[in-house]
Amino acid sequence: MEATAPPASRTRTERLERIWKEPSGVLGWITTTDHKRIGILYFFTAMTFFAAGGIEALLIRTQLIGPNNTVLSPAEFNQLMTMHGATMIFFFVIPLSTGAFGNYLLPLMIGARDMAFPRLNALSYWIFLCSGIFVYVGLLTGNGPSAGWFDYVPLASKTFSPGPGIDFYALGLIFNGISTLAAAINFIVTIFKLRAPGMSINRMPLFCFAFLAVSFALVFALPPLTVALFFLELDRLLGFHFYDIFRGGDTILWQNLFWIFGHPEVYIIILPAFGIATSIIPTFVRRRMVAFPLVALAEILVALIGFGVWAHHMFAIGISTITAIYFAGASLIIVIPSAIQLFAWITTIVTGMPRFKTPLLWIIGFIVLFVMGGLSGVMFAAIPFDQQLTDTYFVVAHFHYVIFGAAVFPLLGGMYYWFPKVTGKMYYERWGQASFWLTFIGMNITFFPMHILGLDGMPRRNYTYSPDLGWTGLNLIETLGSYLLAMGLVVVAVNLIVSIFRGEPAGDDPFGGDTLEWSISSPPPAYNFAVLPTVSSPYANWDEEDRKLDKEKLEQGIEVLDQGHETAASTVVDGEWDEILEMPSSSPWPPLLAIALAGIFAMVLLKLWLAAAFFAVLVGLVLVAWHGGEPQEA
Amino acid sequence: MLVVAGIIFLGTLGLLIIGWLRRGTPGLPFFGQSERANVGLVIAFGMAIPATVLIALFIVSDLYVMGQTDAPPADQTELKLTVVGHQWWWEVRYPESGVVSADEIHIPAHTSIDVVARTADVIHSFWVPELNRKIDMIPGQNNRIELYAERPGAYRGQCAEFCGLQHAHMAFQVVAEPKASFERWLESQSRPAAEPTGALAERGMELFDENACAGCHTIAGTPAEGTIGPNLTHLASRGTIAALTVANTPHELGRWVRDPQSIKPGAKMPGLALTDADFHAIVAYLDGLR
Repeated sequence: MEATAPPASRTRTERLERIWKEPSGVLGWITTTDHKRIGILYFFTAMTFFAAGGIEALLIRTQLIGPNNTVLSPAEFNQLMTMHGATMIFFFVIPLSTGAFGNYLLPLMIGARDMAFPRLNALSYWIFLCSGIFVYVGLLTGNGPSAGWFDYVPLASKTFSPGPGIDFYALGLIFNGISTLAAAINFIVTIFKLRAPGMSINRMPLFCFAFLAVSFALVFALPPLTVALFFLELDRLLGFHFYDIFRGGDTILWQNLFWIFGHPEVYIIILPAFGIATSIIPTFVRRRMVAFPLVALAEILVALIGFGVWAHHMFAIGISTITAIYFAGASLIIVIPSAIQLFAWITTIVTGMPRFKTPLLWIIGFIVLFVMGGLSGVMFAAIPFDQQLTDTYFVVAHFHYVIFGAAVFPLLGGMYYWFPKVTGKMYYERWGQASFWLTFIGMNITFFPMHILGLDGMPRRNYTYSPDLGWTGLNLIETLGSYLLAMGLVVVAVNLIVSIFRGEPAGDDPFGGDTLEWSISSPPPAYNFAVLPTVSSPYANWDEEDRKLDKEKLEQGIEVLDQGHETAASTVVDGEWDEILEMPSSSPWPPLLAIALAGIFAMVLLKLWLAAAFFAVLVGLVLVAWHGGEPQEA
Repeated sequence: MLVVAGIIFLGTLGLLIIGWLRRGTPGLPFFGQSERANVGLVIAFGMAIPATVLIALFIVSDLYVMGQTDAPPADQTELKLTVVGHQWWWEVRYPESGVVSADEIHIPAHTSIDVVARTADVIHSFWVPELNRKIDMIPGQNNRIELYAERPGAYRGQCAEFCGLQHAHMAFQVVAEPKASFERWLESQSRPAAEPTGALAERGMELFDENACAGCHTIAGTPAEGTIGPNLTHLASRGTIAALTVANTPHELGRWVRDPQSIKPGAKMPGLALTDADFHAIVAYLDGLR
């Protein structure tokens, strides 16, 4: 495309190329502030944790393949069960959806050249990496946390969990929380301020609405978790009594704080997936989304109502009936915005002309599994049902349909969908479809029988079961299903990895995509857009006149912003031209700051207070150096 | 609930199949390409129908059933008992008669029973799926739940809140009996422990009291007054040991006393360094505690 461009355009893109070029090689990746490179780093790191969490799951399923099995000791089982949950939620789904998909795609969809705070973005990644390694050092040295991912006290207290496992978990999650919070704030500012002038909020793709909702939810949901973990560590390391009922503390405080985070978390996990679904569906059914404003509103409402339902995780603790009824009612209301989105997708598919290619298949699978998981979820808003089936395999079935079916399926579909954009290569379509069917069938064989086991009374988190309970057959089927599921995922991985090297060139827009990322080359240039794209609808890439206008603007040198490392800022609602921002470029300080912070957490874990203070001073010095080199206001 | 869920699931699947069948045709069947019909469909399926179903579900399950099945006030029940969760066994107390047992709850059938659920350490959850819902046992709280067995029989219960290493081996049995035989059982359990019969069992009692056993277990009427482990006064009358982990036969009991860690790794009971003859004597003593 570049070769055939008119000479004036080419001079301008070459100039942008020079301005936005980052150091090459490993150093370039370490010091990068390019949202696309950071997205790719997030992707590979999160996928590594996905593999780790997956291996943990397979070990758990192998232990449960038959009664009284001894593949794992109870201590190993409990550590793996805890780490499986923590890994999948904190180190896989959230970093993959926000860190990888959000980072890579959001600036591209809104016509920006980077995130609002590129160095903070890099810091988010490095903290995520360091916190993940921090928690895994625990597991790999035999000190994994073993109180379950929701880590109830007093089981997680020093008295009942004397080893350092819980400290690895709690400190690691506080550490990781910094990363997630920074990323969320970065997304909010980016979405509000960095949209290409002309993209008023009603012309923003639904994907971005989903990320806006997620980011706000994260900003409000993470502090309760951090506070809860901080109290726990004060109890454990310094002998405080926040959770000790016999010394004026409160056991239930932990559960309240944890679930005030924990339930919005479910929507934090699932909303990016909704955003991906609303990107893939219009492209593959060749029509705009039905009921766009309703869907945008529903995405925001889900995140909002999600904060009012946390106590439905606590119906069995002996709360008063009236409290339970309030939370049951709130939990039922949240079904409505989900149902709006669901039927908006379905109506769009029915009224469009769908092409059932790999990415759309994953989305169809997602819809089916989401309906399953949603229906079993609604049942838990019936208090008597909840009190009977909570903490059984029925819950395990339910949330795997929601998290694996409704959150991870769209992520996998999204991997296929944007693979040509990121790599410039095409994946193998047949293998893509095969991987979908393997995963879909494996998923149902693994998780559907869990509903029945739950109804039959099998509690979750049991490391083994007795042969005379009648649970053997279904457990065997589940374990075999999980192997099939794993095979499906391996096919996804092999397909994509082989395609990087041997795939056909994909071109800039192989699917006829609707959003701006499809208007630029694959892979996108470092500066993303040569000119500020003209936007007059949420389906910017389908507005051919606007795209022609972009080429003319480049030729005439209008809105190229090539006087430096620049991007444009616009007003929050109407997206009117605001100012030109001078963006920071690559920097070694974010990774160094993350390492210094990791030092603090490691020394606190070891109770080496002086050493922790040393790292704190180091953090201060790095911050000074960081801000000493910041570009000054002109 | 299952039927409604099934209808919704199949309905959704049906819509997707329509989408597949009409993949070459834009627009809706009957309504064509009207955008207003599309939005109407979203509002009907996404708002109106769910709202109706949800309100019905709320009224039936959360208002009606909850009102019907709330535990009756404690003074209207015919029998009170306290169950205390321990890592990883159940202490059962009958406050009115002073009987203390473990892992096996005898109740009269056709009788409303008030259970106070407490914990001695971490959070457990008391759950007999066939008799009622579950109730968590939380430090510092006295949660209540009703037990009511319509038929005599054995009902399995288990801990439903993850409580550490041996959560999987923390089950119990509810034995519902006709009222008369329950009264007989209660009466026999309220007596002090049977005297050891024979030299071997007497030697076993001595060993029990000399060694660590007596520090953790109570056997009423003997010097053994520990309260960390289960009360063993009438151990031999119970069907299982170690919270339904193994059957209470002399052979299994012998295995358990010798090396509890091989049967239930992490259990709080240590294996003792005694001779085979000593173990034999202790088992003979325990097996006589009817």
